[in-house]
Amino acid sequence: MTILVIAEHDNKVLAPATLNTVAAAAKIGGDIHVLVAGQGAGAVAEAAAKIAGVSKVLNADNAAYAHQLPENVAPLVAELGKGYSHILAAATSNGKNILPRVAAALDVDQISEIISVESADTFKRPIYAGNAIATVQSNAAVKVITVRATGFDPVAAVGGSASVESVAAAHDAAISSFVGEELAKSDRPELTAAKIVVSGGRGMQNGDNFKHLYALADKLGAAVGASRAAVDAGFVPNDMQVGQTGKIVAPQLYIAVGISGAIQHLAGMKDSKVIVAINKDEEAPIFQVADYGLVADLFEAIPELEKLV
Amino acid sequence: MKVLVAVKRVVDYNVKIRVKSDKSGVDLNNVKFSMNPFDEIAVEEAVRLKEQGQASEVVVVSLGSASCQETLRTALAMGADRAILVQSDAELQPLAVAKLLHAVAEREQPQLIILGKQAIDDDCNQTGQMLAQLGNWSQGTFASKLAFDGDSLQVTREVDGGLETVQLGLPAVVTSDLRLNEPRYASLPNIMKAKKKPLEVVEAHNLGVDIAPRLSTLKVEEPPVRQGGIKVGSVAELMAKLQNDAKVI
Repeated sequence: MTILVIAEHDNKVLAPATLNTVAAAAKIGGDIHVLVAGQGAGAVAEAAAKIAGVSKVLNADNAAYAHQLPENVAPLVAELGKGYSHILAAATSNGKNILPRVAAALDVDQISEIISVESADTFKRPIYAGNAIATVQSNAAVKVITVRATGFDPVAAVGGSASVESVAAAHDAAISSFVGEELAKSDRPELTAAKIVVSGGRGMQNGDNFKHLYALADKLGAAVGASRAAVDAGFVPNDMQVGQTGKIVAPQLYIAVGISGAIQHLAGMKDSKVIVAINKDEEAPIFQVADYGLVADLFEAIPELEKLV
Repeated sequence: MKVLVAVKRVVDYNVKIRVKSDKSGVDLNNVKFSMNPFDEIAVEEAVRLKEQGQASEVVVVSLGSASCQETLRTALAMGADRAILVQSDAELQPLAVAKLLHAVAEREQPQLIILGKQAIDDDCNQTGQMLAQLGNWSQGTFASKLAFDGDSLQVTREVDGGLETVQLGLPAVVTSDLRLNEPRYASLPNIMKAKKKPLEVVEAHNLGVDIAPRLSTLKVEEPPVRQGGIKVGSVAELMAKLQNDAKVI
């Protein structure tokens, strides 16, 4: 059994989610190869070769793969993937974009966002916004899977000494092209990898008031998240959204401020180790999952908490 | 330009679902169903394209049991022109749905196919991408904005770090994110009119597609229940608990 893991990267840096994906591959068992598809991503391939447990890195360097366009990357993965028992990628926006296309090319169903490996063909995944956990078994020759990073502890980024091989295969479907991107810039830790997350909801009232959360987060070394209500109201950009349709986080500490706790929000954070809720409404559903609840006006509680940290 | 929109009938997003005691699945008896929220956004976008003069016809398609007709009527009431039900009582997994949609698209020849980015029941987020691969079409997933530029389409996509814009040759498959638009409510006159719009029923097995499931669900369980926590009386008490009991700060 040999497993192909698709590296998540931006041509410069290997994303941490790759380490969680390799951890899932290690649970399945077998040789682990990592594919780096990109342009000028030599440093990423070098970093992938150092991951503990990886035996080979395939470096596909081509202008067609520069922006991870699925029309070009999926045929590459499908072609290389035929010889593997499993193809894994992190359930990031890239992984979700590319892998179903790979599965269709191989004529197999894809398994989305697994949270545990039961055996080489059996996996657990959440359905209905995390309100049920399904155990699914695949009879496909190649199992194509996306991995929910928070379900697996990352493997060590160093300690491995895999060989790096170049892959010549160039697939350019020439039916799509990259135009541009607008990435949010922040000095705070990345939301999905942060140890502490402070999130604000509709109760923040406006975008300016998020400065209170930023101040608290900076003292805690935390990332800042948001509920859908806060995003829809334009308080913060959508890449901060935590929930069924946003990001899935499972930090050591999640502080929900002015968030009622709708099913769709809980789907994104209820695996956090400790949950704190600060809300004026003592009936808010968030208190049913919170380890520590404080019924208080957030505009008084947050500055006070910030002073105490 | 013809636009094809795929819609799914799912358990309403507000319903607190119950897992069956024999762990065979989720209890779907006497539960409210409605159109998958992402698909409402897909229908809305197609209808707006028609109102802007970009689209000439909007065809909605759903796959599943006869009760999906209700979902299709909802889409017709929102402004779609006609509907197709691909009827099947078998369990349809995303690959099977993509193959059936591909067969419908071969017949209808749309320039643009819009789907929701994921269904809120299986949470798969696969069908649009699979369909695009089957047709060798370009894809614009997690779309928050569409703009036509001659014979191509610019799609702004919601990605992990922010937004990304791609240019797609037509035909293209687009999957809608929540922020693409705000779906309209169907008015009563439009609901009445929708009853007279054409709704064609096609049997899935007549489309000549292999829809056998590749995955089997062994069991469905409740997730672990979180222990009920405590309420603290002050910020100072909260801080003390986090530092001394939970040891997370």
